[in-house]
Amino acid sequence: MMETLKKLSLCISPSGHEKNIREIIKESVSELADDVTIDPLGNLIVHKKGPGKKIMICSHMDEIGFMVTFAEKDGFLRFCTIGGIRAKNMVHTKVVFQNGVVGVIGVDGDIKEDKIIFEKMYIDIGATSKEEALSMVGIGDVCGFYTKFAIMGDHICSKSLDDRIACYIAIETLKNIKECPNDLYFVFSTQEELGMRGAKAAAFSIDPDMGIALDVTNTGDTPEAQKMVVKLGGGAAIKIKDSSVLCHRSVVEFLKNTAKQENIDYQLEVLPSGGTDAGAIHLSKEGVPSGGISIPCRYVHSPSEMVSMHDVVECTKLLTAVLSTEI
Amino acid sequence: MQGMIEELSNLMGVSGAEKDVRNYILEQIKPYATDITVDTMGNVIAFKKGKAGYQTIMVSAHMDEVGFIITDITDKGYLKFATVGGIDPKILVSKRVKVGKDKNDGVIGIKAIHLQSKEEKSGKVSLKNLYIDIGCSKKEEAEKKASIGDYAGFAPRYMTLGNNIVSKALDDRIGCALLIELMKDTYDPDVYFCFTVQEEVGLRGAKVATHRIKPDFTIAVETTTCNDVADAKEHEFSTIYGAGAVLTLMDRSSMSDAKMITNLYKKAKSLGIPVQYKTLAKGGNDTGAMQTAAGGAKSVSLSIACKYIHSPVCMANKEDIHSLYSTVKLCIKEGCLS
Repeated sequence: MMETLKKLSLCISPSGHEKNIREIIKESVSELADDVTIDPLGNLIVHKKGPGKKIMICSHMDEIGFMVTFAEKDGFLRFCTIGGIRAKNMVHTKVVFQNGVVGVIGVDGDIKEDKIIFEKMYIDIGATSKEEALSMVGIGDVCGFYTKFAIMGDHICSKSLDDRIACYIAIETLKNIKECPNDLYFVFSTQEELGMRGAKAAAFSIDPDMGIALDVTNTGDTPEAQKMVVKLGGGAAIKIKDSSVLCHRSVVEFLKNTAKQENIDYQLEVLPSGGTDAGAIHLSKEGVPSGGISIPCRYVHSPSEMVSMHDVVECTKLLTAVLSTEI
Repeated sequence: MQGMIEELSNLMGVSGAEKDVRNYILEQIKPYATDITVDTMGNVIAFKKGKAGYQTIMVSAHMDEVGFIITDITDKGYLKFATVGGIDPKILVSKRVKVGKDKNDGVIGIKAIHLQSKEEKSGKVSLKNLYIDIGCSKKEEAEKKASIGDYAGFAPRYMTLGNNIVSKALDDRIGCALLIELMKDTYDPDVYFCFTVQEEVGLRGAKVATHRIKPDFTIAVETTTCNDVADAKEHEFSTIYGAGAVLTLMDRSSMSDAKMITNLYKKAKSLGIPVQYKTLAKGGNDTGAMQTAAGGAKSVSLSIACKYIHSPVCMANKEDIHSLYSTVKLCIKEGCLS
């Protein structure tokens, strides 16, 4: 179990460059589905047929990262960010490119600590000239965090659990489902971190009757944290709202009632900021009743995202139970 | 083609009022299109039938330009205005403009330096302190020449400076002229040449046009930022002026299909067409709307480096225009190199 999760988490596939992660997921779901397709934006759409209504379950497979835009003559690389990342948190962070080249993020020497912005930062890959640097990575190449996968009791800590933990839950749920009364479309979406672009296109093609986004959510359980009731180990978080969506009441009630019936540990998520694929799905075509099951996560968008395996198990149970019920 | 860029950029077509530009384009493309549609928003969709068995390509350039809309007329006959699209208020002072359907002359005024307080001299220019003066001294008089809701735009004044052209609205009339020129050739794939509206206010025209076309591939033909000026550091140039067609890897609105864009770069280089990657992920264009609309499409943004963009003196290099033309043509001919 941990091996699969580790593989999903450590795979380098920032938005727009999801091929690597798509291959891994495709391999693990191909036996479990009736049909697997890849759409023009690279979404992996896994269809498990059922007689009932269409449900789109969306977990995004892209991650935040960096893209090389320019090589200095002394071999340092300038870059832009892919997705929302805070510049000052990235100083001296290690990154790894899709081809395995490792680098460290540095800051121009004349920049004061409170003035750190990405335009004044660089990636040092150990090259000493422009030519050497460009023989190692090209302009447009992308990288993600270089980190280890750590198991800390019930908690795990690694890069890109946003949203590979949800990809894992989706795969596990696909394995669990015995009865399939609804027509299920599991979408492993692309470019969520750039504004839910993959989910938008996929929702249009699939035209679902209900949408469920699986994504991580912030927690309020660390010292002096922003007030928020969600906590690690508190169970599956049923989304009420975030910045991108006000979840449809019928979906929220459906998720809550299912959790109660099945004795699944759950908590309610009211996320003040941040968005999920539900934001794109619910506005597709004439509108789609949508909601979300979220995995509580500390230190989101850092190399050290942390989740509780108890929550992962409860999220999987909840999703399995929900999808086994005819809507 | 330069004659056409001159004529196109001299026309007024602020977002939402693209009629003059549309009429010019409709006239030009008539001989080369299989079918022409003007949709509900005003987009011109020109279809060029290809051979069977190829995929569908949508190529877009936007007809609209940044400008102004009149919001109020003061008792003394001055016109207050809001901007349409992104305009830096600093560049507006002392500019000539054309107002309304009759394109009446006007100038944007500000208090003379002699009369400004110390704070005003060092402070920033704000829209609320600017107005358009159309030479009237009373509200009633001004109301005969302009009314609230009228559009205004930079006054046209095209010129050539060495190997460069300077004009308002090169963003994106260069793209429009290139599309017209490209339509004269024949292609294997079905190609929809789209002249879109309202790009400057949020890629609105392209969004509905894409829903109608449902393309496999999209190409935005655009102008983009160029900070290749004194004092800038090389990695902050965004694009290098005169160094060829600009291939955008990503910007705020979209990410070009990684395979398409890198294949195109390599292929162009191998053919000796000057191309460069944009080095800043800023700005946005119609690709943002086209790549996610109607189930999604593989997309690339191809541009020309344009200095002083969104001003009356946009500057573009003649060689770059040819590089962009060759790059877009290559992209279409090669089936987008997917």
